Amino acid sequence: MKLRTLTLGLLSASALAFAAHAESITIATVNNADMVRMQTLTDDFTKANPDITLNWVTLEENVLRERVTTDIATKGGQYDVMTIGTYEVPIWANQSWLLPLDKLGDDYDAKDILPAIAGGLSVDGKLYAAPFYGESSFVMYRKDLMEKAGLTMPDAPTWDFIKQAADKMTDRANGVNGVCLRGKAGWGENMAFLTAMSNSFGARWFDENWKPQFDQPEWKSTLQFYVDLMKADGPEGASSNGFNENLALFQQGKCGMWIDATVAASMVSDPKSSKVADKVAYALAPDNGLGKRGNWLWAWSLAVPAGTQKADAAEKFVSWATSKHYSELVASKLGWASAPPGTRTSLYANAEYQKAAPFAKMTLDSINAADPTHPTVKPVPYVGVQFVAIPEFQGLGTTVGQLFSAALAGQSSVDDALKQAQDAATAAMTEGGYIK
Amino acid sequence: MARAVTTQHKVIATGAAWIVALLIFFPILYTIITSFKSEQEAIQGFALIPSGTFESYTEVQAQSGYFKFFFNSVLLSVGSTILALIVAVPAAWSMAFSPGKWTKDILMWMLSTKMMPAVAVLFPIYLIFRDAGLLDSRIGLMVMLMLINLPIVIWMLYTYFREIPGEILEAARMDGATLWGEIVYVLTPMAVPGIASTMLLNIILAWNEAFWTIRLTTTEAAPLTAFISSFSSPQGLFWAKLSAASTLAIAPILIMGWFSQKQLVRGLTFGAVK
Repeated sequence: MKLRTLTLGLLSASALAFAAHAESITIATVNNADMVRMQTLTDDFTKANPDITLNWVTLEENVLRERVTTDIATKGGQYDVMTIGTYEVPIWANQSWLLPLDKLGDDYDAKDILPAIAGGLSVDGKLYAAPFYGESSFVMYRKDLMEKAGLTMPDAPTWDFIKQAADKMTDRANGVNGVCLRGKAGWGENMAFLTAMSNSFGARWFDENWKPQFDQPEWKSTLQFYVDLMKADGPEGASSNGFNENLALFQQGKCGMWIDATVAASMVSDPKSSKVADKVAYALAPDNGLGKRGNWLWAWSLAVPAGTQKADAAEKFVSWATSKHYSELVASKLGWASAPPGTRTSLYANAEYQKAAPFAKMTLDSINAADPTHPTVKPVPYVGVQFVAIPEFQGLGTTVGQLFSAALAGQSSVDDALKQAQDAATAAMTEGGYIK
Repeated sequence: MARAVTTQHKVIATGAAWIVALLIFFPILYTIITSFKSEQEAIQGFALIPSGTFESYTEVQAQSGYFKFFFNSVLLSVGSTILALIVAVPAAWSMAFSPGKWTKDILMWMLSTKMMPAVAVLFPIYLIFRDAGLLDSRIGLMVMLMLINLPIVIWMLYTYFREIPGEILEAARMDGATLWGEIVYVLTPMAVPGIASTMLLNIILAWNEAFWTIRLTTTEAAPLTAFISSFSSPQGLFWAKLSAASTLAIAPILIMGWFSQKQLVRGLTFGAVK
């Protein structure tokens, strides 16, 4: 009896000791293919770290943004690792809401992170989020339709060439639109595209004194070109189209060209889901010869909030999920084409990856062509290529996006949309204390 | 004089009722249809005949275990309903049988809390939950759902109780019933149909509540609303998977609603026509 009691006591004590030692970290993330894939591969992490268990919270992008903002602003401590983008990192790091990632380990090789991506995730030289996958934007086009149009797509086209090619490729009788572009209102939807596009037209959101610039000729030429191009060569109802809608159109062979995220390359070239998989080629985002191209830069990244009680375990996980080892793990299980793109120089130097992902070089060139710290032709007081990294931008960007989407739908003129955008931006900047 | 109801009127009325019912039900029906399509089919345009694939269901189950969320939904909706009844029965009793000068105003004030947008109190509630250690806890969320639905529960029970003649309660008192005995042994059995329909409605409301259940939970207490939310994707096709997740989430409550429709309709229309 005594022996049994003693054994039970010892077992309970060791269970308690393990429970006290084991740490459970909660990771908030979005639902996309790379993130879902990571959740299936975490055995590799938990085997190496048996004292850490992982809990996942997957949310719709906007809900995730709202949830993690609420939690981090109130120091709720609900999450130990957060998936955030290049927009949030500089703002949250400046608010001291994020912990600098300085314990990623000796073999992490932070210098291997692509410089443009690292720049977007660092503040004062310190990395505040580690990129899980990165993307820029580029032109995806149909080789067969381009050939039929008697044109050859240059590696670095101009907007004039895009217009000329779109006009020739458009064949509405057969359901082919020369070009598909985002039109759905939202700071991360049409405004991501239009802000990046405006950079190549020499436009900017604000001058050095935070005065809105929608009343300047550069914005007028950007928006007028976009609306005219889409009216002549875009799909019907384009003002409702975002990434997913255009992806479906392109995969079904209804677009001659599509300018959007580089991450779409793996989807349009996948024969299981795309009817035009063997007919797609890629080019850099267009420019106007002003020194900036119309491509953006984004990275879904993992960050550790300042309110967490489990910073060490959280950073260990971030280090694992964004390491070279993780890319190799994905490659060994699912092939190199599934490795998360756009984060590490070494991935693009890997011959096997280049072979498996024919869009690799163009993706890398596009990412390298974006500079979040100097995004525009004229000087600006902000960072961010397709966004302005200030807290007010989410609301303002969406308001302006609605105005521009209405102009595309023909509900207002380009001039009216720009005037209203200028008024809205001036009001927001005045209220925010940027304009005295 | 009673109005003559002709066969023609009946046919028209029945036809109109069917059309309205189908219009209301169509989004749910189309969600169910879409759940049996592939992702490519789902985005290709309007089609009422799916290919009949179960791939979305398989993927949804593989990606996030359904049953943990389902269990939380059951626990939260039933638990919050029981809590609401414990508070609402005495409250409605006092207002129905001992109305005071301010009873009507109190009732209106309670209802007015439903008119406020939830997001307006997100931060204060979040801070209270954080400080009380109730974030991601089933108990905390049960209390929250109870408080949200309490005005409707009290209003419904109040309407029921007012239909019960006060003389019966007086007779019980004459026979020596205590206050507790009066509520538990006399009033409650008489109001069982009303309480049942109130319960059903409250369970449905709590099951479908998506604002607080998503914002105050992470992993432990997350119900089916959080399960659905996890299938929307910023980059990639997700309509079929989202539809499968939605179908799985609404199926239990839809089945419950179907079997209890008599009580529900009676509950919602009670006291409307005298």
